[in-house]
Amino acid sequence: MRTRPDLIEHLPRLRRYARALTGDVNRADDLVQDTLERALAKLDLWQPGSDLRAWLFTLMHNLFVNQIRIKRPQETVMEEALDEPVSGGQMEALAARDIHAALARLPEEQREVLLLVGLEQFGYAEAALVLGVPTGTVMSRLSRARERMQQMLAGEPAVKLKLVI
Amino acid sequence: MTDNVHEHELHAYVDGTLPEARRLEVEAWLAAHPADAARMQDWAAQNQSLHAAFDSVLNEPLPLNLVRATRRAALPVPFKAIAAMLAMLVTGLIGYAVGLNAPGQAPATPAYLARDAAIAHAVFSPEARHPVEVDAAHAEHLVAWLSKRVGTPLQAPDFSAQGFELLGGRLLTGETGPVAQFMYQDRIERRVTLYVRRAVAGNTATSFRHATENGVDVFYWIDGDFGYALSGQIGRQAIRQLADAAYRQLVTASAKP
Repeated sequence: MRTRPDLIEHLPRLRRYARALTGDVNRADDLVQDTLERALAKLDLWQPGSDLRAWLFTLMHNLFVNQIRIKRPQETVMEEALDEPVSGGQMEALAARDIHAALARLPEEQREVLLLVGLEQFGYAEAALVLGVPTGTVMSRLSRARERMQQMLAGEPAVKLKLVI
Repeated sequence: MTDNVHEHELHAYVDGTLPEARRLEVEAWLAAHPADAARMQDWAAQNQSLHAAFDSVLNEPLPLNLVRATRRAALPVPFKAIAAMLAMLVTGLIGYAVGLNAPGQAPATPAYLARDAAIAHAVFSPEARHPVEVDAAHAEHLVAWLSKRVGTPLQAPDFSAQGFELLGGRLLTGETGPVAQFMYQDRIERRVTLYVRRAVAGNTATSFRHATENGVDVFYWIDGDFGYALSGQIGRQAIRQLADAAYRQLVTASAKP
């Protein structure tokens, strides 16, 4: 008999990633819940000894991509996060709002790479595995994500990017 | 854009994944290429902003429906275990008090202390670059801050005789109040955590106990109003020695007038 791994210890980090990915508390927790349900249903497919965390993030990625495919026309993610109120002039709050807004304006595939690497501390090869793309693709998305974030955080209009290069 | 340093190595430098030897070479190269060095600083600042914006999610109490969702398939578990799990929900790290009362089980009994400490250990000890909120370089501030929040004069035990150095600490949320977590690391980067929180009134048991929770060894004890739990995956004997040291130091300290 194989023992079932405990998913609870992965919950805080799944929530952190989902929160940053969707920019919305409720959407994030819905995504986590869907991920857990799928994980429990498919747990027999997980290889004991392999990285459970990476496997859970892979499931979440697949669910997220499916959601986007359905919701694409409305671009809801971006608008919600941009409408966040600015709280009373504190630098920290402003910085947090900036990063939220900039993340929301990043194309999803770049946002995922930036968060997996920069926030969740996955290695490039691991992130490639989670996203189901070659490591070279992870690197080029990461590069574009960081350049674009910088332009947005520095206050340059992101639209200009299309003209550059 | 670079002659002998590749773009992807600059990213690896920022993300801390370059081998040490190459890291030094890249550092030397950057000194001669200020524009690239500035770009890299921007990227590092982005990583920091991401952590500043989202790390607080790690400390939030876990929503009950999500905790349940991790367990749904484990229904064959006997009722008692489920009751124990529900009791755990009203205490410690997993603390949304939603009026659940597990029958016949007092929440926050020492067993839950071990369980919560093990979970907190499993959550934070793998974090490569942000395992702690306040690092050991600010040890005095750290101890003062956690003491104030937890509501008792705390001290971080000294494990240098056992080969572990203080890495820092963080504040967690618990149903019995704030929780302090101190993290230590040895030379081969094995980590142990000391979890301190207010015990439930009437809990005066001071005996030393051991539990294994999902592969994490926990030694825990109650001293007066506070529960302490030392967790790690370094072998039961090694944890026991550290726990002994912590117990001696903390009890000696609290016995002082």
